[in-house]
Amino acid sequence: MSKHHVTTTINGDPAEFLCSTEQTLLDVLRDVLYLTGSKEGCASGDCGACSVMLDGRLVCACLVLGVEAQGKRIETIEGMAHGDKLHPLQQKFLEHAALQCGVCTPGFLIAAKALLERNPDPSETEVRYWLAGNLCRCTGYDKIVRAVIDAAKEMRAA
Amino acid sequence: MNDITNQSVLERHLKIVGTRPLRPDGVDKVTGRAQFGADIHLPNMLVGKVLRSPHAHARIKSIDISKAQALPGVKAIVTAADFSDLPSEFIPAGEMMVNFRDMTRNIMAREKALYEGHAVAAVAAINEAVANQALNLIEVDYEVLPHVMDVDEAMAPDAPLLHDNMFTIGVEPKPAKPSNIAKRVEFALGDLAAGFAKADVVIEREFLTRPVHQGYIEPHACVARVSEDGQAELWCTTQGQFIVRGFCAKLLGMEVSKLKVTPSEIGGGFGGKTVVYLEPLALALSRKACQPVKMVMSRTEVFRATGPTSGARMWVKIGATKDGRITAADAVLKYQAGAFQGSPVQPGCMCAFAPYDLENVRVVGYDVVVNRPKVAAYRAPGGPIAEYAVESVIDELALRLKLDPIEFRLKNAAKEGTKAAYGPKFGPIGLVETLKAAREHPHYATPLKKNQGRGVASGFWFNIGGDTCATLNLGEDGTVSLVAGTPDIGGSRASLAMMAAEELGVPLDKIRPSIGDTSSLGYNFLTGGSRVTFSSGMAVVEAARDMVRQLRERAARMWEVPVDSVIWEDGCARIAEAGVAEFKSMSLAEIAKTAGKTGGPIVANAAINATGAGPSLATHVVDVEVDPETGKVTVLRYTAIQDAGKAVHPSYVEGQMQGGAVQGIGWALNEEYIYDAKGRLENPGFLDYRIPVCSDVPMIDTVIVEVPNPRHPYGVRGVGETPIVPPMGAIANAVAHATGVRFTELPMSPPRVLAAIDTAAATR
Amino acid sequence: MDYKTPRSVEEAVDLLTTHTGAAHLLAGGTDLLVKLRAGMAAPDLVIDLKSIPRLRGIESSPSGFRIGAATSCAEIGEHDGLKAAWPGVVEALKLIGSTQIQGRATLGGNLCNASPAADSVPALIAAGAVCEIAGPAGTREVPIENIVTGPGRTALARGEFVLAFRLPLPRARSGDAYLRFIPRTEMDIAVVGVGVAVTLDASGVCAQARVGLGAVAPTPLLVADAARALIGSRVDAQALNALAKAVSAACKPIGDKRGTIDFRIKVAGVLARRAAQTALQRAKAT
Repeated sequence: MSKHHVTTTINGDPAEFLCSTEQTLLDVLRDVLYLTGSKEGCASGDCGACSVMLDGRLVCACLVLGVEAQGKRIETIEGMAHGDKLHPLQQKFLEHAALQCGVCTPGFLIAAKALLERNPDPSETEVRYWLAGNLCRCTGYDKIVRAVIDAAKEMRAA
Repeated sequence: MNDITNQSVLERHLKIVGTRPLRPDGVDKVTGRAQFGADIHLPNMLVGKVLRSPHAHARIKSIDISKAQALPGVKAIVTAADFSDLPSEFIPAGEMMVNFRDMTRNIMAREKALYEGHAVAAVAAINEAVANQALNLIEVDYEVLPHVMDVDEAMAPDAPLLHDNMFTIGVEPKPAKPSNIAKRVEFALGDLAAGFAKADVVIEREFLTRPVHQGYIEPHACVARVSEDGQAELWCTTQGQFIVRGFCAKLLGMEVSKLKVTPSEIGGGFGGKTVVYLEPLALALSRKACQPVKMVMSRTEVFRATGPTSGARMWVKIGATKDGRITAADAVLKYQAGAFQGSPVQPGCMCAFAPYDLENVRVVGYDVVVNRPKVAAYRAPGGPIAEYAVESVIDELALRLKLDPIEFRLKNAAKEGTKAAYGPKFGPIGLVETLKAAREHPHYATPLKKNQGRGVASGFWFNIGGDTCATLNLGEDGTVSLVAGTPDIGGSRASLAMMAAEELGVPLDKIRPSIGDTSSLGYNFLTGGSRVTFSSGMAVVEAARDMVRQLRERAARMWEVPVDSVIWEDGCARIAEAGVAEFKSMSLAEIAKTAGKTGGPIVANAAINATGAGPSLATHVVDVEVDPETGKVTVLRYTAIQDAGKAVHPSYVEGQMQGGAVQGIGWALNEEYIYDAKGRLENPGFLDYRIPVCSDVPMIDTVIVEVPNPRHPYGVRGVGETPIVPPMGAIANAVAHATGVRFTELPMSPPRVLAAIDTAAATR
Repeated sequence: MDYKTPRSVEEAVDLLTTHTGAAHLLAGGTDLLVKLRAGMAAPDLVIDLKSIPRLRGIESSPSGFRIGAATSCAEIGEHDGLKAAWPGVVEALKLIGSTQIQGRATLGGNLCNASPAADSVPALIAAGAVCEIAGPAGTREVPIENIVTGPGRTALARGEFVLAFRLPLPRARSGDAYLRFIPRTEMDIAVVGVGVAVTLDASGVCAQARVGLGAVAPTPLLVADAARALIGSRVDAQALNALAKAVSAACKPIGDKRGTIDFRIKVAGVLARRAAQTALQRAKAT
């Protein structure tokens, strides 16, 4: 079975790769393109550690086939900062100590960014329900939610 | 000499310790740059996979790897035949003991498969597809045996035995027949019978808890690279690179210095990454193939084949006088060890009544093997299980005596000088302070509505010290490289850098901390036992103080004055006497620049066995609402109050309290291992192993109390483990107050809660 | 495993009927990829339906709504017209999985995966949804409650697949609601799911009703007895009790790692009562 040749856009740059049908987008990002910022926590869409944006929608990369990336626009954690300027969410996560081990952090940042793009002033409940697909075992979520709400406030003022 | 007196430090005005700077490794973590266990790629790397037993208990009659070996792309296969059978030898792994004879068998089954998921063979191949194909071609001839899953079942006289040579330790006379009971332990003080005789009220209850998993989001992962001459490198996600080195060297018959282990960033451990699973297999495969081998567990493998904590059956009996003084306490704890001996029943026994000042107390514990994965440490191992039972009975007693739950605990609280059931007298501890803070907290006064209830529980954990090394290297420009040997699982490298910066009197950004591999430092015991800020902190402080001594010596040499006349202040060497005509001051950078001329590189090493770890005590308050028609429990409000000794970085102390509390919420309400009748795990994934999600929990309010630990230069107590000790008791008590029904079984999932509410209503 | 992206319904039907091995349809992938990883599905051909325009998008017209079977739940959930007309259907499909799952999951997949616990199906049953099905013999229409025939099995013949879901415009004084029970607040498969739709007459008496149940039988159910308990009543306490009883009686659940038999039977009745009350409020508000 020969591989698929896929051309796509990742974090604004053109990208291309070969993959078999079985390889998920997460497999491709991590093992073919060496973009290891997206993490595998479960490979079944239950933990959100592999969250990426696909044509502007928040998705789990482990539930998308690599071949489905053809012609699409993908955004990963590696594209969240601009040069040496961190995104306000990244900065607030640091200020609020919203990470301990940090493995779930890329997924949370991508998911939170997707939330704030749609809803710039979410309530605590809206934040919690939007992020329910991102599991964290270290923080108990408290500081994560505070960081997202604080980032939203800063982004609204900008 | 490691007992650093800290009186002068406590009186000092602290500039950095106690503040909340950004962590130095933070930017890499929020950009995805930080490398975790599975993020490494090496040239020519093979993929390793494990074949696992589908049976809970089976004799392995033969393994035929010939077809797998013949598959193109397969480069190496290992089975038990590739590992030596090690004799029995116990060594510490964190706060639990492990046995090498058992470890050899746990990483790769020998005579028997002892749990579903037990590793039976491993393969390295050119890619994942070929590796998986090869697994399917390995033929294992199993003779399926009857299995046991529960302690009572396993302790029954005619139970099927896991190990023919298991004769219960701690029982006199030594049993004539083998059993599934590995050990019996007992701790006792005073006269139980007399104590109960004095009691006006006695309550006794039986409890059942089920195994839960640490639930770290990052699965186990490693890359091993062994050269033709037997030198090896291992990259792995672990809580202890030196532990991994020691275990793997022993299991593979290697010399310790031939194996360099580099700890990756670690995506959660909570005790579950203090032992080895894939690492010795990857090394053995790489040794055969002479290519690097990468092995990463799937989520289902993590649940099936790593180390959850024990399920348990417990019996607790406590007596008290009508004015609220506990006169006697008795408990029997039976913990599942999994397939090999070594549940945390001993620390569970030691912990059970530790928050209380008791004259007459006895705790008996049994370590029982069952056909489940071998348990590993889970955050205060053994403690949360026992304290759930004890705190529930304490609550019931308070209710019966018509005493407020906090007042009842205050009347019986352990303090400085209290003798614990397990032996020592406590130094200064902060339980009373946490109870008082709970009583005064606005949460405690908030009125409750219908179907709502409030629960209180206290908790204790010992914390440990241990072997620790740290190095400070002064760069030519006066900045400092700090190398510590304890993997950073929660932000500790920030705290270590803060203590170094405080001691050296320089801004925090002049210290760059890193976690060293096994070749760059002396032996470090693992990250666990809440010991890093305490032990690595102590080592860093000792090294920093040594560096200060050296800096003063260099300044003295340059100024040609006696070293005693030089002080170190605000990052500079200064002449001590006031009124000296020429005010002399030399900064760290200036001394560093000329170090080559004044005696050579300035390096400070500390190698200590840290002792004097102080226990951390806590009190938690939680409000719940129970839907009486569905049994669903909602956590409305949670306040965690804990004695940290000294919070070096308060945000990370708060983080430990919040994370542990939420793990406890999951343990109390929804987490459990569910097995079918054949001993196969039915919920090896995050869909049906239900850890709390973001919308399940409220904000976790925290209050840090500081009763300094006099044995640490900054008064630090470990804080990481205590937070998971009170939540189950607190939530069970809250649910009892909301429903009028006492829950003696965990988790309190909706079907159980509804059934209990309905039964209680029917019998009223 | 091969992968193809047909651009038209005819092309897809042709692929399905001519392929000699095991073919599997792909829409959102949130069920298929999990099965592939777990080794529970091993097709040699994956047919991606997302490039077929007739399966994507939502159309509203005087005759109602047409939802392409491969439209993502996230997109459907943003459709103001549908949210206003069928809030129960929308709240049901928005419960499928996490936000990430919503970005991919489709109604076609949720239905044809044929889990008894699918969240969208009881609500679509209550709303009277009809499926447009394409196949070698042309297109046909089937009421949604007749599609799933058992766990993992549908009434679709070889070469057939669901093109779209059609919902009528709701009548005046109508309301629908969906409730499910899960042990956490999110991320769980429904232990019980209940969809209720009611239409009141001018005097406030329930003239029509439909009740859909999920996760309490081998298939999602349309429970006629439950509807009869509401029709002719003002959906008062007595009618609600009768509704709960009828719903509980219709349950044929299993006991498993998500819920016991007794629990499902009891909670189905509780949720039916609560969902009916919400549907009633929505009907009164129109």
